[in-house]
Amino acid sequence: MTDHWTAKLDTYLDGELSADEMRELDIHLRGCPPCAADVLNRLQTKRAMRTAGMRYRPSSDFRERVKKSIAAKPRRSPIRGWLGATVAVAFLLLVGFVTISMRQGQMARQQAFSELADLHVATLASANPVDVISTDRHTVKPWFQGKIPFTFNLPELQGSEFILVGGRVAYLGQSPGAELIYQIRKHQISVFIFQDRGTGREIGSSTQSQKELSFNMETWDQAGLRYFVIADASSDDLRKLADMLQKAP
Amino acid sequence: MPLFDQLYNFAHWLAHDRSEAEDLVQETYVKALRGFSSFQPGTNFRAWMYRILRNTFLTSRTGLKATIALDADDTPELPAGPETPETIFIEHSQHQFLQAAIEALPVHSREVILLCEVEEMSYQEIAEALSIPIGTVMSRLSRARKSLRENLQQKLVRS
Repeated sequence: MTDHWTAKLDTYLDGELSADEMRELDIHLRGCPPCAADVLNRLQTKRAMRTAGMRYRPSSDFRERVKKSIAAKPRRSPIRGWLGATVAVAFLLLVGFVTISMRQGQMARQQAFSELADLHVATLASANPVDVISTDRHTVKPWFQGKIPFTFNLPELQGSEFILVGGRVAYLGQSPGAELIYQIRKHQISVFIFQDRGTGREIGSSTQSQKELSFNMETWDQAGLRYFVIADASSDDLRKLADMLQKAP
Repeated sequence: MPLFDQLYNFAHWLAHDRSEAEDLVQETYVKALRGFSSFQPGTNFRAWMYRILRNTFLTSRTGLKATIALDADDTPELPAGPETPETIFIEHSQHQFLQAAIEALPVHSREVILLCEVEEMSYQEIAEALSIPIGTVMSRLSRARKSLRENLQQKLVRS
């Protein structure tokens, strides 16, 4: 672990390092397991903080009271004041709506991404990361029969650097899906497949790449299914695997 | 109403009391409407609302009491221990521990960590909301996180 970087891990997770430092730290994390583990711990705490921090909710009575008190203010003034206050309230609501929409989108995206990253990390941390262990797609795919309400195709890996490690059932938003583990060099990659009933829509509705908190992710819709490929491997590697999955016969 | 739930949550964390939090939020909206002309379009609306709330809190009786004997920004930072209380904490997954640890932070640490972690504000936004330089935001955040970790560790040792 490098002290120089340890001091910057929180700032890194806050997304506040310069682009150069961000890149350098990304590279460092790939080669430094203690720092990578530290980042994961901090990330977990950060998520727990968000939930723990949303602790208090205003009562509906109080909400109504404030609404009324705001609405009551203009009555004390003549028409000019009333108009001014109405415009102010309208603007306040408008700006607030924009602020909240942006924030909700950002939160939903981060939450969906975090959930997938958590599923991926939990799998890797598990003593039994896969329930069906096989490098043969003809063994792994049939194993899911009767366990999930859909089926999917897996690519032939011969001639590629990817190795199929196995699979397990995963849940996202209470929906069962498949999680497949692939390996490339020393990186483990999770491929999640869920029915496309809004699952993961927050991340984006179309094919796209994401990078956050040192994980890379590829996601797309195909044949009514939603695919997510997530790992700390390079985005090029993930794209290659995504491409193979998309072209699977 | 814009930001109502978030402002209330923040106010309650600051004041530690429901009725005081309600007064703070109500006053914030009244002040925001009254002083709307002072809001400069193009600047950060959310930071502006939080600044009003926070200034209202600081001038309240609870706020004045809470800020007496404030943590100085130039307090030397303690070196981080080799342990990772986070690991143990996550395993225990004790929500209440974390809430109690936030509660125990001095108000300047509490507000900065809530704005960063719960409201997910950028350092720039936090600086605007608290009317402090970004450097101070960073040092307060760092100190707050260190205190939280130490506090969690102590709680875990005791449990």
